Amino acid sequence: MAAVMPAPAASRVLLSGNEAVARAVWEAGVKVAAAYPGTPSTEMLEVISTYPDLYAEWSVNEKVSLEVAIGAAYAGSRAFCCMKHVGMNVASDALMTLTLTGVIGGLVIAIADDVGLSSSQNEQDSRYWGRFAHVPVFEPADSQEAYAMTLAAFELSEKHQVPVILRMTTRINHVKALVTVGERQQYIGAGFKKDPSRFVMVPGNAGKRIPLMFQRDNTLRAEAEQSAWNVIEPGSDRRVGFITSGPAYMHVRESFPDAPVLKLGFSWPVPFDKCRELATMADQIVVVEEVEPLVETELKAQGIKVIGKDILPLQGELAPPVIKPVIARLLGEPVDEVPLRIKPAQIFPRPPTMCVACPHLGVYYTLSQVRNLNISGDIGCYTLGAGHPWQAMDTCVSMGASMGVALGMDKGRGESDKDKRIVAVIGDSTFLHMGMQGLLDMVYNKANVTVMLLDNRAVGMTGGQDNPGNGRDIYGDEAPRIDFARLVEALGVKKERIHVVNPYELPTLFRTIRDEVKVPDVSVIITDQPCVLIKDYHKLKPYEVLDDKCTGCGNCLDVGCPAIHVTRRGKEVKPSGREVNLAFVRIESSVCTGCGLCVQPCAPDAIQHYAPVSPIKLVTREGCSA
Amino acid sequence: MTTVTNILVVGIGGQGVMTATEILAEAAIALGQDAKKTEVAGMAQRGGVVSSHLRFGPKVLSPQIAPGTADVLLAFEAAEGLRWQHMLRPGAIALVNDSRFVPPVVELGLFDYPADPVAEMKAAGTKVVAFDATTIAQGLGDIRLGNTVMLGAIADYLPFSADDLLACVLRRFQKKGEKVVEMNRLAFAAGRAAVGAAEAAVA
Repeated sequence: MAAVMPAPAASRVLLSGNEAVARAVWEAGVKVAAAYPGTPSTEMLEVISTYPDLYAEWSVNEKVSLEVAIGAAYAGSRAFCCMKHVGMNVASDALMTLTLTGVIGGLVIAIADDVGLSSSQNEQDSRYWGRFAHVPVFEPADSQEAYAMTLAAFELSEKHQVPVILRMTTRINHVKALVTVGERQQYIGAGFKKDPSRFVMVPGNAGKRIPLMFQRDNTLRAEAEQSAWNVIEPGSDRRVGFITSGPAYMHVRESFPDAPVLKLGFSWPVPFDKCRELATMADQIVVVEEVEPLVETELKAQGIKVIGKDILPLQGELAPPVIKPVIARLLGEPVDEVPLRIKPAQIFPRPPTMCVACPHLGVYYTLSQVRNLNISGDIGCYTLGAGHPWQAMDTCVSMGASMGVALGMDKGRGESDKDKRIVAVIGDSTFLHMGMQGLLDMVYNKANVTVMLLDNRAVGMTGGQDNPGNGRDIYGDEAPRIDFARLVEALGVKKERIHVVNPYELPTLFRTIRDEVKVPDVSVIITDQPCVLIKDYHKLKPYEVLDDKCTGCGNCLDVGCPAIHVTRRGKEVKPSGREVNLAFVRIESSVCTGCGLCVQPCAPDAIQHYAPVSPIKLVTREGCSA
Repeated sequence: MTTVTNILVVGIGGQGVMTATEILAEAAIALGQDAKKTEVAGMAQRGGVVSSHLRFGPKVLSPQIAPGTADVLLAFEAAEGLRWQHMLRPGAIALVNDSRFVPPVVELGLFDYPADPVAEMKAAGTKVVAFDATTIAQGLGDIRLGNTVMLGAIADYLPFSADDLLACVLRRFQKKGEKVVEMNRLAFAAGRAAVGAAEAAVA
């Protein structure tokens, strides 16, 4: 991406939480920013990379991104890294020792919790990392705060030589609101000063740092008590007071405009005295926090009388329609349900689908045609292979887990699965993130697993970011490109067990999978066609269905391409007396990009190149594709 | 309308719902309003449901529109209008692009697409104005103009003037040259006219 001219200072701009953090990172004079893409955090680094005068990188995983940031902060520069909530699980090994060494230049770690699971495999509360690692946590409630707290977090980080967590949620990352921006500061780094007692964490040194860490907890708590980010807003309705943080604050304020509220912005360590002060201002205190009872548990342990998850949900967002009835019941008032004129319509779901002509379509179509497979899957667009029509993925746990899970399914197979073939499916970026070690483990421990490595040259699900597999860096500049065939060979897979296949050539793909699952060894089948959403993809001539030739067999529908639509349905009685359903189809030629997958299973040759009556304009992905 | 205006824009990933909402937000901000825009968009880029919430007024707190409180529903697809009509406050209007985008789960025979989503909305007592933005855009020569047609459709249902919105729409296309700006001006006018005609036919 080319650098853009940043908006001038003091202008008020509409920014998402992610864009606001990016702006603040630039203004703070950060020198190094690193991340691995992950919804809802991805845009932070994407936007940072558009600012001048700093270094940004896509790292191969979150642990490496944090380590890069740690190195820069040790070197005395300001550093930033960001990740989605599950990314912190990967990076936590580094965090738990970083807290002992502390930092020289400010280090801020933005963690995006996907509260409400818009695009994640679980829901976690990253504030616990603050408690676990003894580091302070900031929780913005909107874009302006995300911006201002990022700047404040760098100051706090340097003041106490401690990394600071900026805990965000989807409802901060992806909400656009007005932000007043400032100027870029010049930050002159102090430089790296060798100090083994601090930076070489061996037992003798680490043991001496632990008491300092606990001492720092007390200092930070005292600072949180005085912090302008922790504000008591008095209120006239003293029946219930609220202690709240993050987007939940906005929901509480919207729902109960007259209640006393303690808004926690610098929420860890919890400022107990401020909470005690609020407790004197209302008859009952309710802690409204997304998602787990972290503050509530701490306050109860302090003997401060509060209510929280006793009455509020333990998952999801605490929006006004959720909290209002709960508080009404607490007060013994009639529940003021929103006067819904009509009930939500009960209509078909619209789950995410693979794209028209996606190279994964051929893989999942083929896997769905091979019998006797148990398929461990992974995280990415190809997770959609678990859905209709393919249903060709049986597990999904965490980044890279398809490898280890496949090995375990092989070694742990029961009597009923003794004839089953084990297949693992993983994408290029996920493989580089955390899959390589699992493959090495499979080779080393002599697994009987066939690995499908779906190389589409992009981090597809998060929007097609670059990675070491596509030969481009975050700026779009040329970078060394990993050769997957050589990589897996280096990890010990036998050369004759490695196949590179074009996933649009179904007969070759089918034959290769069928042959390799029979070999009791580790095989790797690499598919090599690019994601249709990146510039490496080239459209071909679209297809159409000849109505008079279509027999309604429905084979093409099994490919799962969203460009194929049913025009009419019917039934046919076979000579055997068996009744079969028929589905006659058409191809939406304006979105078809001519990959040819549906042509191959079409028995009556009813699909042929589209011959338009008048020139048509192909729809781009930004366009209205209705 | 109350002090905070709630606009709900819904459709399918890839249709431009989020961009349209952003342009509406820019128009409100240009008039000195506070605004928040948020999406409920699970993996929306992959053809899933997208609902984009815009709230604007002197001061906006929670970014989400509560069910039963939307002032206008702008639906980019017929069944999505039906899916979200419960979000409207009593008496509020739904502006629906009556073209269909049938998902694979329906093509596979797992679910049915409603026979007539707009009729179902009307039967439920929702005030609906339906028009075919896709055909209008195609008629203007480029299906990508559908977004601007949709923005034209909502232009007369906002607490600010249609010209204020049009100015924000056209600003987006300034860099692409005078011809593109003109095409979008036409598309905006066509959306306004289509809704006007459809509403007159109902009245």
